[in-house]
Amino acid sequence: MSNSTHDVAEHRFRQHHFANAEQQLDTSKIGMWLFLATEILMFGGLFVGFGLMQGVYPEAWVAGHHHLDRVLGAVNTVFLLCSSFTMVMAVHYASTDQKSKTVMNLGLTLGFAFAFLVVKYFEYSHKFHDGLLPGRYFNLAGIGGPPQQAMFFGFYFAMTGIHGFHVLIGIALIAWIMIRANRGDFSSAYYTPVDLVGLYWHLVDLIWIYLFPLLYLVS
Amino acid sequence: MADIITSPHISGHADHHDVDYLHDGKGLKSWLTTVDHKRIGVMYLWSILFMFFLGGVFAMMIRLELLTPKETIMSAETYNKVFTLHGAIMVFLFIIPSVPAALANFVLPLMLGAKDVAFPKLNLFSWYIYMAGALIAIAAMVTGGVDTGWTFYTPYSTTTDGSVALMTFAAFVLGFSSILTGVNFVATIHKLRAPGMGWFDMPLFCWGIYATALIQVLATPVLAITLLLLIMERTFGIGIFDPKLGGDPVLFQHFFWFYSHPAVYIMILPGMAIISEIIPTFSQKTIFGYRAIAFSSVAIALVSFIVWGHHMFTSGQSQLASAIFSFITFFVAVPSAIKTFNWIVTMYKGSVAFNAPMLYALSFLLLFGIGGLTGIFLGAVSVDIHLHDTYFVVAHFHYVMMGSTVIAFLGGLHYWWPKMFGRMYSEPAARIACALVFIGFNATFLPQFVLGSRGMPRRYYNYLPEFQALHQASTVGSWILGLGFLIMAGYLFASLRKKMDAPANPWHSRTLEWQTASPPITHNFHEVPSVGGGPYDYYRPVGTGRNA
Repeated sequence: MSNSTHDVAEHRFRQHHFANAEQQLDTSKIGMWLFLATEILMFGGLFVGFGLMQGVYPEAWVAGHHHLDRVLGAVNTVFLLCSSFTMVMAVHYASTDQKSKTVMNLGLTLGFAFAFLVVKYFEYSHKFHDGLLPGRYFNLAGIGGPPQQAMFFGFYFAMTGIHGFHVLIGIALIAWIMIRANRGDFSSAYYTPVDLVGLYWHLVDLIWIYLFPLLYLVS
Repeated sequence: MADIITSPHISGHADHHDVDYLHDGKGLKSWLTTVDHKRIGVMYLWSILFMFFLGGVFAMMIRLELLTPKETIMSAETYNKVFTLHGAIMVFLFIIPSVPAALANFVLPLMLGAKDVAFPKLNLFSWYIYMAGALIAIAAMVTGGVDTGWTFYTPYSTTTDGSVALMTFAAFVLGFSSILTGVNFVATIHKLRAPGMGWFDMPLFCWGIYATALIQVLATPVLAITLLLLIMERTFGIGIFDPKLGGDPVLFQHFFWFYSHPAVYIMILPGMAIISEIIPTFSQKTIFGYRAIAFSSVAIALVSFIVWGHHMFTSGQSQLASAIFSFITFFVAVPSAIKTFNWIVTMYKGSVAFNAPMLYALSFLLLFGIGGLTGIFLGAVSVDIHLHDTYFVVAHFHYVMMGSTVIAFLGGLHYWWPKMFGRMYSEPAARIACALVFIGFNATFLPQFVLGSRGMPRRYYNYLPEFQALHQASTVGSWILGLGFLIMAGYLFASLRKKMDAPANPWHSRTLEWQTASPPITHNFHEVPSVGGGPYDYYRPVGTGRNA
C-alpha cells in the first residue's frame, strides 16, 4: 500500500471537522457503539417484559412454545451465524485491499439474510394459517390450552417482528456498502462503513441468538 | 497560573473572505440542507420556541377554564385534551430538546474549540426527525386529540377514544431525534475537544450536557419499546398491559417511569449546566468547586435510573420497594445541594452584575430551591400518600420544569443571544420581562402548593367553591406570566431588526466560545484554538486583580 493511495483516501473521505482519519474512525466507532447500546436497551425492555410474564404464566409459555417450529428456528440461527462469519470476512478483506473478495462475502451475507427472511415468512404464514395471530385476532379454540398463550404470541410477534425489521435495515445497509465496495470506495486506508455495518449486523445476529432459546426452547 | 491565551482574531467583525454563519449561503435551501451545527441549533431554536408558544396557549386555556368551579370556556372533554396536549407538547417537543438540541448544539462545539459536532449530517437528520415527530403530534391533535394526560397510563390509554396511537407514535419518533442528539454529543465531547483540552478543561456546561446525553442514550430506548408495545396493545390488543387478558397495567408504569424519571433529569441537568456558566460570568469569578459540580452532574445521571418507583407509591408496589425508592430519592438531593451551594459560594466576594441572564440565574436558585425541596416532601412515602395526584405535585414539578429548566433556558437564551445573532437586546426591557416572569410564575404556582395540601386533585375539571380564591390567584398569575413572555418576544424580535452590534465578548466571559466573533464564522475559529489553561483562563477582566 503506497502512501499516495493513503493520502487520496484520506482526502476523499475525511470530513473537514476532523483533524485526521484516525480521529474520524474513532469517533465513528464511539457513535456506533452508543447506537448499539440503545438497541440493546430497547430489546432489553422486551426481554424484561417477556421474562416477567413468563414468571406469571409459565404453563402458557410452555404450551405456546410447542407451536413454534424448533427446526426452522435452529436453521435460521445457523443462517445468521454464517452471515456473521461472512461479514467478518468482508471486513477483513476490505481492510486488506481485496475488493472482489469483499464484494463476494458481502453478497454471501446478503444471501444468508434473505434466507433467514424466507424461513421467517414460512413460519409466519404457518402461524397465520393456524390462527396464531397477535392479540385480539388470536384463535385459542384452534389450539386449546391456557388463554395467556395469546400474550406469548403477542411477545413472539413483537420480538421477532422488530428483529425482522432490523434484518431488513441490515439488508439495505449491506447492499449499500456492497455497491460502494464494488465501486472501489474502500481500501486499507478507509473502510469505516464496512466496519460499522459489520458491528450493526453482529448485533442483529446476537439478538437472534437470545431470541431463539427464549422463544423456541422454553422449559 | 497559565498564561491567558487568546486567538488572534477576536474582533467583532469577521474577515472579508470569512463571512459569519448567518450570511454564509442565502435562501431557505441553504438552511434546510446545512450541516453547520450553529444553523441547525438556530433551526431547532425557532422550532422549539414555536412549540413553547403552542404549549403556552394551552396552559393559558387551562388556567382560564379553572377561573370558575364549573364550566368557564370549554367542555370537560375539551379540557382533558387541552391539559394532555399542554403536557405532551411541553415535555416532548419543548423542554427535552430545548437546551440540548437548540442551545448546546450551538455552543458546545464552540466551547470545545471544535469546528462542528461529531456527526453533522446526523445532526441535521435529527432535526428532520424532530419535525416529523412534531407534524405527527399535530396530526394527532387535529384528528381527535388525546385525553390521557402526557403519561399515557394504561388501561385508560388503551380503551379511550381519540388519536392515542398517533400521539404515542409521535413521542416514539421524537425519542429517536433525542437519542441521535445524545449520541452525537457524547461522541463530540469524547473526540472533538481542541488539542490539549482535557476533561477538566471543559466549561461545566459541557459536563452537564454530557450527563444529559448519557441519559438520552440510555433511557430513551426503553420509552421507545414501551410506546411501541402501547401502540400494539391498542391496535392488536396483545394484552401485555391489559388485566382482562392477564396483562399488568402497572408494568406499563414501571416501563414508562424507567424512562420518564431519568427524562426529568434530561430536563434539569442542562438547566443546571447553563447556571454553571452564567453565575461565574456575572460574578466575574471562576466557578467554585469545579470538580464537585462536574461529578455531581454525573452522579445525578446515574442515580436517576434507580428512583423511578417514587412515582408509584400508590400503585400497589411492595412497601419494601417503596421504602428503597424513597431512600434513593432522598439521595438525589445530595448532588443537587452540592451544586446549589457551589453556585452560591461562587458569588461570594464576587463583583455581581445584575444583567438579564444573571437575574434568571438568581431566579433559578430560588425556584429550584423550592422545587427541589418539595420534591423531598413527595419522596417521603407517608407524605406522598396524602399529596399524590394533587396540585401539590403539579406545583412541585412546575417549579422544577418551568421554574428551573425553563428559567435556566431563558437565562441561556439571553446569555448566548448576542453570540447567536450578533445583536444586543434591550437590557431594561429584558429586566422588566424577567421580573414579570418571576412574579407571574410564583403567583401561578405558589397557590397550587396550598391547593394541593388542602386536597385539590390534579386534572379535575370542576372543583369545590372553597378552592376558588386560590385558583383565581393562580389564573391571574398566568396572565402576568403571559405578559412577561409577550414583552420578551417583543424586544428579542426587535433586536433582530437592528444592525449587528454585539461585540465578541459582551459579558466579559472567560470561556472559549466568547473568543470568536459574534456571530461566529462558519468554521467557528479562524484556526484551531490553542488551549492550555483551565476552562476560565481565556479572558481576564481588566481592573480585577483578583485571581479568583
